[in-house]
Amino acid sequence: MSSLEMLALLEMAQGRPLIHGQELRGQERDQAFSRRESLRLAGRWLIGFGKRSLLVLALLALWEVVPRLGLADPAFLPPFSDVIAAGWQLAQSGELYDDVAASLLRALSGFLISVVFIVPLGLAVGWYARLGDLLNQIIEVCRNTAPLALLPVFILLLGIGELSKITMVIYSCAWPLLLNTIAAVKQVDPLLVKSARTMGASPQQLFRKVILPAALPTIFVGVRLASASAMLVLVASEMVGAKAGLGYLIIYSQYSFLIPQMYFGILGITVIGLTFNAVLEALERRLMRWKAAV
Amino acid sequence: MSAIKISFEHVRKEFSVRGENGGGLRRFTALEDITLDVRAGEFLALVGPSGCGKSTLLDLLGGLAVPTSGRILLDGRPIAGPARDRGIVFQQYALFPWRTAAQNVEFGLDIAGLKARERRDRARHYLDLVGLAAFADRYPHELSGGMKQRVAIARSLAYDPEVLLMDEPFAALDAQTRETLQSELLRIWRTTGKTIVFITHGIDEAVVLGQRVAIMTSRPGRIKEVIDVPEELHSETEDVRSLPIFGKTRHEVWSLLREEVLKTQQGQSPGNAEAPRADEAERELVHV
Repeated sequence: MSSLEMLALLEMAQGRPLIHGQELRGQERDQAFSRRESLRLAGRWLIGFGKRSLLVLALLALWEVVPRLGLADPAFLPPFSDVIAAGWQLAQSGELYDDVAASLLRALSGFLISVVFIVPLGLAVGWYARLGDLLNQIIEVCRNTAPLALLPVFILLLGIGELSKITMVIYSCAWPLLLNTIAAVKQVDPLLVKSARTMGASPQQLFRKVILPAALPTIFVGVRLASASAMLVLVASEMVGAKAGLGYLIIYSQYSFLIPQMYFGILGITVIGLTFNAVLEALERRLMRWKAAV
Repeated sequence: MSAIKISFEHVRKEFSVRGENGGGLRRFTALEDITLDVRAGEFLALVGPSGCGKSTLLDLLGGLAVPTSGRILLDGRPIAGPARDRGIVFQQYALFPWRTAAQNVEFGLDIAGLKARERRDRARHYLDLVGLAAFADRYPHELSGGMKQRVAIARSLAYDPEVLLMDEPFAALDAQTRETLQSELLRIWRTTGKTIVFITHGIDEAVVLGQRVAIMTSRPGRIKEVIDVPEELHSETEDVRSLPIFGKTRHEVWSLLREEVLKTQQGQSPGNAEAPRADEAERELVHV
């Protein structure tokens, strides 16, 4: 093979000419190419995002247009832009910050306290069959008592302050967490347990190295359900008796006929819910990288 | 004649099962008077009709269950629970899905309390032995069935057990992968010198792998006969399946097993005429 042929082959392999002067131009071209490439990727991402959010964007557009066209009374359904404007004013007065902070504090503290105490309890109940038998009925009774029905009881016993609201959140988070954690432990593939036992795993090692990692995905289902439940119960309890919080903002705005502000409160709850979910999803992806992509 | 590694002495295993139609508990005998010696370094294949208690036998050997009567000795001492002197390979791999191939191989070493560095070295060595060094960082769901079973074999070998117990390890694999793994297992057996008890319901597999083949009876399981497999059938170079002696040995095992499969089916369908039953037996034997 002649050296010229070699050169041609190398060029073909690298996809660009190898002569020095031309190589510079090749680099420029590469840069232009990568710029174009990144633009194209951004464009594709934008299109993808647009496709996925099409219905949401359409809904918002409808919200804007319907009151403006007089198809709905703007007093009861103000256009989306008015709602955002009202929200902007709330944010500037600092009121919004107070309400969001109050709600977040209650939801997060209740949710985290519940996770910290209930998940270990669920693990124990799932692991020790006898403890499960003992607690089974009381769990069923409490679980089937809707948390909101107990709201008056919590207020009577704990007052209308933070304590009753956080207790409500803890209570409502507890059941999805507890039931899913118990189920998670019970559903661990017996073959994995058997396999670990044949390798001489002690009960503690079995628990730490097999039961816990195997149960994690199902426990996470409970965590996601609990976070949704926390928001639901929190808003309701803030509507009944509170001096701050998004639930309070919504009900207070309605009473004062500040309708755009009321809608903004509702949007605030949606955004918090979405954020919670996104954080949990990211955490789940991080912890369970080993799972097959679904 | 080498030393006796495992010795079953009149082992019997009963279970309590709920009768049909939700009736009361009744006793059910899975194994009856099993007496069998396994020599050190031997490859023993165990075949029997389905439901004859092969897996129960393995559970007893693994220390996961206790015989109702009789005893099992390992190096002259009765088995007292599971331990790392016996490694078990299951049909369904039983890999931990949250651990990579290497981390799975490290599991037993982790349990044994080995330092991370030594665990890593040993895991690499055994993954290399089963030809999966390049897949050390893959998760089980990223591996094929054959690869998963190799990882499981490496995991059992990694903590250096004296005995390897295998419960139909290749039954879930396609025919080609199975043959490859069979010859690899023989190679591993030769290099490591482990005692292997290999449970299967495949006659070919038993004859190709075992130095001896123990045939079990239908329920309750007993050892019906133990056949010595001729030395020629363990040639590393020849296609042993094409040797006439292979066909002869296979036929011997087949005839012994056929009687038992027939018995099982008589038990299952007492009203049937003789002829169709024999047909079914043939069909079941074709599968194995």
